[in-house]
Amino acid sequence: MLRYAIACLIFLAQPVLAQFRVEVTGVGMTQMPIVVAPFRGEATSVQKPAAIVQADLERSGVFKALDAGATALDELSRPDWSAWRQRNADALVGGSLTRLADGRYDLRARLWDVVKGSDKGEWRETVPSGELRQASHRLADWVYLQLTGQPGAFATRIAYVTKASGRYNLWVADSDGEGAQSALSSTEPIISPSWSPNGAQLAYVSFESRKPVVYVHEIATGRRRAVANFRGSNSAPAWSPDGKSLVATLSRDGGSQLFRIDLASGEARRLSTSAGIDTEPAFSADGTALYFVSDRGGSPQIYRMPAQGGPAERVTFGGSYNISPAPSPDGRWLAYVSRIGGQFKLHVMDLQSGQNMPISDTGADERPSFAPNSRLIVYATVAQGREALMTSTVDGRIKARLAGQGGDIREPAWSPARP
Amino acid sequence: MRKSLFLATVLAALLAGCASGVKLSDVPVEDKSSASAAGIGQGSGAGSGVASVVTDKAGNGIGPVGVSHVVYFDYDSFVIKAEARPVIESHARFLQSNKQRKAMLEGHTDERGGREYNLALGQKRAEAVQRALVLLGVPESQVEAVSYGKEKPAAQGSDEAAFAKNRRVEFKY
Repeated sequence: MLRYAIACLIFLAQPVLAQFRVEVTGVGMTQMPIVVAPFRGEATSVQKPAAIVQADLERSGVFKALDAGATALDELSRPDWSAWRQRNADALVGGSLTRLADGRYDLRARLWDVVKGSDKGEWRETVPSGELRQASHRLADWVYLQLTGQPGAFATRIAYVTKASGRYNLWVADSDGEGAQSALSSTEPIISPSWSPNGAQLAYVSFESRKPVVYVHEIATGRRRAVANFRGSNSAPAWSPDGKSLVATLSRDGGSQLFRIDLASGEARRLSTSAGIDTEPAFSADGTALYFVSDRGGSPQIYRMPAQGGPAERVTFGGSYNISPAPSPDGRWLAYVSRIGGQFKLHVMDLQSGQNMPISDTGADERPSFAPNSRLIVYATVAQGREALMTSTVDGRIKARLAGQGGDIREPAWSPARP
Repeated sequence: MRKSLFLATVLAALLAGCASGVKLSDVPVEDKSSASAAGIGQGSGAGSGVASVVTDKAGNGIGPVGVSHVVYFDYDSFVIKAEARPVIESHARFLQSNKQRKAMLEGHTDERGGREYNLALGQKRAEAVQRALVLLGVPESQVEAVSYGKEKPAAQGSDEAAFAKNRRVEFKY
């Protein structure tokens, strides 16, 4: 009887969070306990801002969300400090969602410092219903900034590819994997999506003409063109920081070598000159160098050379297979995949010291990509037998499996910050 | 409850597409033929030769009859095995007798490892077959070496039997 009563309590206390299928695992050393109360007026909305904000804050690894209960708390409330302190909350968010006469929504929130018992500020936006998710992510970014002093990366996007029933789709979704919209649908594979620096375009490799060809695709209009369709294979596009050229892997000279393609003229200029494989170019944070993968030393390792081409220096030395370099935007880290004992594991290297460590528990990791605030990494892997996208904090401590479209899911790319 | 919530979310997502500036897939890429892509392509080589490229890449052509159109490779290897030689020689003879025909050599890998690096490995395999054909007298312009990396396995599975079937180069006419 008692067990039944407890089960009932747990069910009732289940946060609205569950519907977003966020699975967060791990414990950070110092996570700030926060309560995001249900917002007044959100119960009847499909998109529940409080739940979106809570999931974002948890996925960041910085916060531990305490159960908020079912009672809504709006931005005009006077919180019961002793009650929240008893629950060991450090911060509290409340708010309201109001539908206006013209069909738009008024989203308001307030952040309180529970320890001091003080008001840390109010946030509000009025948006069309179709933008409610994005507004909730902007609210989460604001809470994150107020409490950590760092910019959040929740109001950003992730591109990824799914394969289901013989169909490939390139999706553009919110940073939590939700709200995905198909930018491209094809019966042939799509790989290596890459965001332009202004976030308006995606470059990718499509096999629709029965060979790999690099396209540049304007997301808002669907207009696209092939920018590398040379003899042989064309792949691995990486945008230059000024958005005017792509570095890509072309086999038009034989082998797989790096070329810089001027997007205006279409001309390709060779950058790398090894006899083997040079691929997976990635610009350094300051744009002056290119990381890339080369097997010139006998096995695939990560190297770095000047962005205009030139002598390369080796960056990875552990093991015999290091690929998929992804430098963090703040210049501190390099994420990559290393094969250790037959397992492909996500690693992070401190670029100053060269120290590196594995940060995942899975063995089929691919394609890491940093969030624009350099605090989270998204990557593809296989978890419980299924392809999945995961985010991880840079130290590997907090991980979350992203919601996403059905079918095999792979090739994530995190957008730049929204301008 | 979950199902209706899911449907509502999907509906909201579809509606959101109108507002938020991502064009929905009513401009799908239909994989009818290579015609559209070859037409768009800027650097495909001979500008006025686009039509013939389209025809040859239609992929429905038949190569030498009764001859295997696949060559297999060992793990981490690009070496043409002895048993593949007769196959390659048959295709070489076919191409030399049919000078207007072109072959696409598609390189593939097994599923282990990164997608882009495997694309490059598949390219190495396709180019090994291309070199063998050229050594047998086939003009390089009649064969194009491309790679699918690990994207198009011939056999599903994560065991060595499947891996062995996926490390291959296919002749496509």
